[in-house]
Amino acid sequence: MSTTLTSPARPDGDAAPAGVVNDFSIQVATANGSGSQTSNTVLMRAIFQMGIPVSGKNMFPSNIQGLPTWFTIRASKHGWIGRKKEVDFLVAMNPETAREDCLDLEPGRVLVYDEPLKLNELRSDLVMVPVPFDKLVGPVCPEAKLRKLVKNMLYDGVVAYMLDIEMEEIRKALFKQFGPKKVKAAELNWGAAQAGYDWAKANVHVEQPYRLERMKGTQGKIIIEGNTATALGCIFAGCTFVAWYPITPSSSLVESMIGYLKRLRTGPDGKGTYAVVQAEDELASIGMVIGAGWAGARAMTATAGPGVSLMSEFVGLAYYTEIPAVIVDVQRVGPSTGLPTRTMQGDILSNATLSHGDTRHPILFPSGPEECFSMAANAFDLAEQFQTPVFINTDLDLGMNNWMSDPLPYSDAPIRRGKVLSSADLDRLGGFARYRDVDGDGVGYRTLPGTNHPAASYFTRGSGHNEMAQYSERPEDYVNNVDRLSRKFNSIRGAVPQPEIDAAAGARIGMVYCGTSREACRESQEQLQREQDLPVSTLRLRAYPYTRALDEFIDSHEVVYVIDQNRDGQLFQLMRLDLTLERIQKLRSVRYYTGLPIDARTITDEILRQEAQ
Amino acid sequence: MSTTAVPPKKTNHIGLEVVQYKGGKTTLCAGCGHNAVSERIVEAFYEMGVEPWRVAKLSGIGCSSKSPAYFLNLSHGFNSVHGRAPAVATGAMLANRDLLGIVVTGDGDTASIGIGQFMHLLRRNLPLIYIIEDNGVYGLTKGQFSATSDYGAKSKGGSLNEMHKLDCCLLGIELGATLVARTFSGDKRQLLAILKAAIAHKGLSIIDVISPCVTFNDHPGSTMSYAYMKEHDVALHELDFIPHFDDIRLELEEGEARDVTMHDGSILRVKKLGRDYDPTDKMGAIRTLHEAEDAQEVVTGILYLNTQTKNFFDTLHMTDTPLASLPEQVTRPSKAALDEIMEELR
Repeated sequence: MSTTLTSPARPDGDAAPAGVVNDFSIQVATANGSGSQTSNTVLMRAIFQMGIPVSGKNMFPSNIQGLPTWFTIRASKHGWIGRKKEVDFLVAMNPETAREDCLDLEPGRVLVYDEPLKLNELRSDLVMVPVPFDKLVGPVCPEAKLRKLVKNMLYDGVVAYMLDIEMEEIRKALFKQFGPKKVKAAELNWGAAQAGYDWAKANVHVEQPYRLERMKGTQGKIIIEGNTATALGCIFAGCTFVAWYPITPSSSLVESMIGYLKRLRTGPDGKGTYAVVQAEDELASIGMVIGAGWAGARAMTATAGPGVSLMSEFVGLAYYTEIPAVIVDVQRVGPSTGLPTRTMQGDILSNATLSHGDTRHPILFPSGPEECFSMAANAFDLAEQFQTPVFINTDLDLGMNNWMSDPLPYSDAPIRRGKVLSSADLDRLGGFARYRDVDGDGVGYRTLPGTNHPAASYFTRGSGHNEMAQYSERPEDYVNNVDRLSRKFNSIRGAVPQPEIDAAAGARIGMVYCGTSREACRESQEQLQREQDLPVSTLRLRAYPYTRALDEFIDSHEVVYVIDQNRDGQLFQLMRLDLTLERIQKLRSVRYYTGLPIDARTITDEILRQEAQ
Repeated sequence: MSTTAVPPKKTNHIGLEVVQYKGGKTTLCAGCGHNAVSERIVEAFYEMGVEPWRVAKLSGIGCSSKSPAYFLNLSHGFNSVHGRAPAVATGAMLANRDLLGIVVTGDGDTASIGIGQFMHLLRRNLPLIYIIEDNGVYGLTKGQFSATSDYGAKSKGGSLNEMHKLDCCLLGIELGATLVARTFSGDKRQLLAILKAAIAHKGLSIIDVISPCVTFNDHPGSTMSYAYMKEHDVALHELDFIPHFDDIRLELEEGEARDVTMHDGSILRVKKLGRDYDPTDKMGAIRTLHEAEDAQEVVTGILYLNTQTKNFFDTLHMTDTPLASLPEQVTRPSKAALDEIMEELR
């Protein structure tokens, strides 16, 4: 029977939005471990399947059950998939945060909430829809212990009705999510989603401004987490060895790798053409990677900031012994407890110079799943060609959130294993000097252990060696070696991916950024043009060391804003290490460090504030 | 033209001379036990006819960790970082399972800074020879006690060690090493037989060699001096190693010895001395070590041997080809495979 319970008056005021189609954000506030991840993914996928560009950002605690979690889905007909700061449509399920969540909303926004929370007592300027979830869940879920989980699927139905999401797409997304092995669970949840929809249809008569409408903005696209994309990238780059220690937010990268390796890299003998070792800590995982790289495997590890700091000594050793290694750093806020499940570009500066002595390491900065995939291959090729550790700096936002992306681009370019001498080469050459710069690029030739030749062996040791890899503490040998390493780093400059530049006609202002700042920076560029008539050029750094393109970009602008997702402006500081004083003087710093992914409005506001000064 | 007949050079069964197993000149102190270990390694690999280029020799940091430079010049060597040789060796062995890996570390490297890596190495039964040149002190930093020093041992400066010692052999037996031995750098015959057994063993071999430090731990009051070892070394058995390529098979004397067949077909003949010691009995081995400590004896020989357990390559279901030499066609899946995954993500 229908009631008149849910028919609040349309809120007053000018702020109330009207007729918003395919351009708003939905936030769901729940407690973690309540099954909300499934409901939220289904909601996001259903919108995607309707052809509407969409992004999903999960803000979750470092906890398994019971702490507050927010999931924000942004639908954008313009294709903006960065985080949107403002919440337009809120589903409040968590009593812990409901009050604050409700008070944070701008007037005129929509609030769907669990009826007993009585949020209608707090405000009268929102579109309020209380839903009796507990009453609805009983009939669709006879088993009491499952009700907490199934309850969340009810709101998918309610939201679907209110926003015009096609229920057939909800059904498709839901069954895909549960997979062929959990059809029973999928059916139970589908029943709940339908119940939510039916209840809303009978009871929700309120007018509200938001609506979703089928469009053609996601054709050919996929939805993937960055960690999965990196995992696939490493596998398709021919990686044969992985050593790792579990750490948020990188664990799912290796777990995804293990799954796909079993599927893709099991040989005809039923055995794996790879080894994955869960090590006792990050010191061991990087040590194993270096041992494997020394012996000729394509070796990698994945970790986060605290892990990288434990790897510091070994990374320095790999730099001086010139052993290839790929280190994926899924950056997060650190160290220790606090915000390990929040995002940050936290390790740019430390990775570039990790370890003691004079060290410089290349870093690649993927900005989305496609680059997670393609840069994995870049990283392995660079590591082996230049015989050095290479970092891939992604972050939690990219690694653990679902991203709409073009399909990952297969490459059949030859895998570059670098300068490795075989026994036939040694027959021809008669011998070799491991650390001699034969080709003028700073890169010596190496042999692998096990090479069947009396001239193959050499002794690998830290910084104290001469060109012949013999132990030496002579000053001239040391200088000769570190100067060659500098030349090598310069050679790397010519081999890393070039920046992505979007030059605006007549732009006085430039914006430089890296990684996941991309979506927010591009959107801010558009906001500044559209709202302020202010043309801004952008340059996205895809790698460290920087290339000449950065110099030229700075030279052609009066002011260049460097966008950072950290407090200390790490990208800004790293640029200052390498640039001329004249160029440094043109740089300004924009920093965002809340633990949430950066958003366009923040950048726009900050650039305008600094411009006004 | 000279008519002098050159006597044929002495070679091993793969036609190499012993000089091809030698290393660089040692820079350790004269009389250091570690030099004797290096000499035995040269002999063992020569006599076993191991191709030197198939060997990877690794170490951490410390006096002992310098020693890979003093044997097998034709093998690749890696002097890594303090306490972390187990990790580097694990990566190298997994990258190329055809390598014969030998790690030489010390008691500081293994039992203190590297104890975590050592214990986890023990759990994996990776085919690897792991030698601890054990002298109870830090040599390179001039004589501080290490964690293997006996309770009550006296330092050169006269201070007493009041910390309980850490027994790497007990840990080895407890945590999964499949060949565990303790020996003395001064006992050439026993050390050589143990090294050969370790070369034949396709699992993790832990060899704790009491190797006196002549500079910092060879004084009265030391429990790891040459003099102390001469008095307290109690051999559990006499070891004969009969390599698989050797045709000579001596009859086993009933009741006096037992034969263990190694992974490569070689025979380890364990001859009874004072007591009847069964190296395949794990609990017996643990009990013997505890009893020896109470009796202030250093029991030496092969303490524990298990040729039945699967090794780390089996555990990881790794292909027989070394990972390092897999071709691109094997390591990079097809476009069709990627297309299929993309379809699932739409």
